[in-house]
Amino acid sequence: MVIFLASVIMYLLLVWSGGSIPLNEVVIAIALGGIITYACRSWSPGLYRMTALRPDRWFKLLAFIFGPFLWGMTKANFDVAYRVITGKINPGIVRVQTSLKNVYAMTMLANSITLTPGTLTVEVDQESGTYYIHWINIKNVEPSGKDIYGSFEDWAKKVVEE
Amino acid sequence: MSVFSFAFLILSLAILAMSGRLIMGPTVPDRVVALDTLNTFVVATMVILGALFDSIVMVDIAIVYAALSFVGTLFIARYIEGGF
Amino acid sequence: MDGSTIFIKILLGIGLAFNVLGVVALYRFPDVYTRLHGTTKCTTFGSIFTSASVVVYSISKYVTTGDPRFMTFTIHVIIAIFALLITNPTAAHAIARAAHKSGIKPIGIVDKLSEEKAGEKFS
Repeated sequence: MVIFLASVIMYLLLVWSGGSIPLNEVVIAIALGGIITYACRSWSPGLYRMTALRPDRWFKLLAFIFGPFLWGMTKANFDVAYRVITGKINPGIVRVQTSLKNVYAMTMLANSITLTPGTLTVEVDQESGTYYIHWINIKNVEPSGKDIYGSFEDWAKKVVEE
Repeated sequence: MSVFSFAFLILSLAILAMSGRLIMGPTVPDRVVALDTLNTFVVATMVILGALFDSIVMVDIAIVYAALSFVGTLFIARYIEGGF
Repeated sequence: MDGSTIFIKILLGIGLAFNVLGVVALYRFPDVYTRLHGTTKCTTFGSIFTSASVVVYSISKYVTTGDPRFMTFTIHVIIAIFALLITNPTAAHAIARAAHKSGIKPIGIVDKLSEEKAGEKFS
């Protein structure tokens, strides 16, 4: 259902040119969406649930992207720029235990980690929720989640798992 | 707009510099990193060219190129990894 | 020389500076993982800024000429930005994992992942 709606909306956005949309384009969009949904049916059963369509989640996701995420990304870029210019690095791979269960929450957290200060997800263990993170400037060898990504875990929980 | 042609020049030089790392990278993942970065630059360059020539088709091609290069990078990564 | 032109120039300047920093990072850093750090962040951020300058340009064109083609242009550029924002970190993650599985050791003081894998082999 989510894939269907996403593909239909994507097609209509690509076709839309300011005015109204002709009916045959809508028919083509719905047909293509049906084909894509049928082709993806074997992926994950979670994709068919309707709970992903709740609007409060989308508002939370937007609030996350334009709030802490954008701020973290800006900070990350100035941090990396500083390290590129001075060449001061102290890298290594550390382990962080999280309490996330949902696959989508894990994906979101991994992508957020990759784009925020000095960290890069190398491997995720799906059963236990363990992240192996490459950290460019290690401060302590056994860090907690707060040291690395701040409040992102709570945000991922809020958006996906509630 | 002359600003966009200047940006196009800088980005082309960046792409050329990137192919240096693509050729001399000591290991295979280094080359893949260079290729991935080059793809990002190509997308940015296409968007800027679209603004320079006022053509929407350039941006459409940029979207398709972003998706296809992403799939290509994933396949190369899977190949380096070995074993499915 | 109105306001939107200056804004476009500022956005393009920031974007190009970060893109060039990404290239410098690719040549300066010592191993694959640190190079991934530099290139992923700097080029994603820089490309978003250059594309945002294109968005500002087409919106200002739309306001002055009223041509609906520029509205389509804006929407397509925004879709391209989101495509970059979603695909780039995922590709970086895939490359890092592949590099680690193919046996490239990271330069650094600690490597928890290799320790874990070695422990599993013994037990």
